[in-house]
Amino acid sequence: MGVLLFSSRESWPERPSSYPGPRVLREPSDPDLDALRSGDEAAFEALIGRYHGGMQRLAMSYLRDRSAAEDAVQETWLTCLRTLDRFERRSSLKTWIFGILLNVCRARRRKESRIQPFTSLFRSVNGEGRGPTVDPHRFDGHGEWLARPDNWSNVPESRMLSQETIGQVKTAVEGLPVGQREVVILRDVAGFDADEVCTLLSISPANQRVRLHRGRAYVRRVLEEYLR
Amino acid sequence: MRCQEVVELMTAYLDGGLSAADRARFESHISGCDGCRAYLAQLRTARMLMGRVADEPMPQALKAELMNAFRSWKAS
Repeated sequence: MGVLLFSSRESWPERPSSYPGPRVLREPSDPDLDALRSGDEAAFEALIGRYHGGMQRLAMSYLRDRSAAEDAVQETWLTCLRTLDRFERRSSLKTWIFGILLNVCRARRRKESRIQPFTSLFRSVNGEGRGPTVDPHRFDGHGEWLARPDNWSNVPESRMLSQETIGQVKTAVEGLPVGQREVVILRDVAGFDADEVCTLLSISPANQRVRLHRGRAYVRRVLEEYLR
Repeated sequence: MRCQEVVELMTAYLDGGLSAADRARFESHISGCDGCRAYLAQLRTARMLMGRVADEPMPQALKAELMNAFRSWKAS
């Protein structure tokens, strides 16, 4: 498919994302879009509620501040309303909305970085590198497990789904290097599929997968420590 | 396939990104390896928990502002 995705790139993007995505008419109709255009308040309320968690997490990952992130989410929705009549369904409505959010966050981040060196605000704990995602000491000379990973089905659900565990996950995601963090949030928090994330971030499928793999492996590692 | 290689293919596997041959080798390994099965289950759990992170209600004040904006937009 000849779309403008897939430039391989390891560094973090300062350029705008290439939304609104593939030039393909994906679906003949979108109930959310139709409802919005017809001024359906209940549909709008449901939509902003449904996407809020993912949008807030994504904005937080760029702006590092709850109220700044809320402002970015607000600006995104206002932009969506203002430009809704120009939305051409070249992507899903959700991809379009998150594309606007990415641009809002990047613009704000650029502005902020003129005031203070933004890199100092990031504290990544998981290497961007290419090494193995599981400690080599976990394997014997033949590459087989020395000690098996724990079976988490033994962990009570009340503990696994507790606010404390979710808090651990949240912190782990926030500690990821930016490239992994944005992919992990879009894929696993906001629920986009791989193609949509490649479009939103203008990255290749291979790059998307590497970032996701490293990010998830790190979150798993944090959970393993926590649940041990 | 060795466990150490299998763990690095898990995201590709979960995304349906392995070739038919690799997928068959992967599944054959997994079916006989408790350690890799546990690891794969852990990755799935991590993914599920990240989905829970999204369960974050919108603050009332923000919601009220956006609903107002929607009504103005609708009226214009």
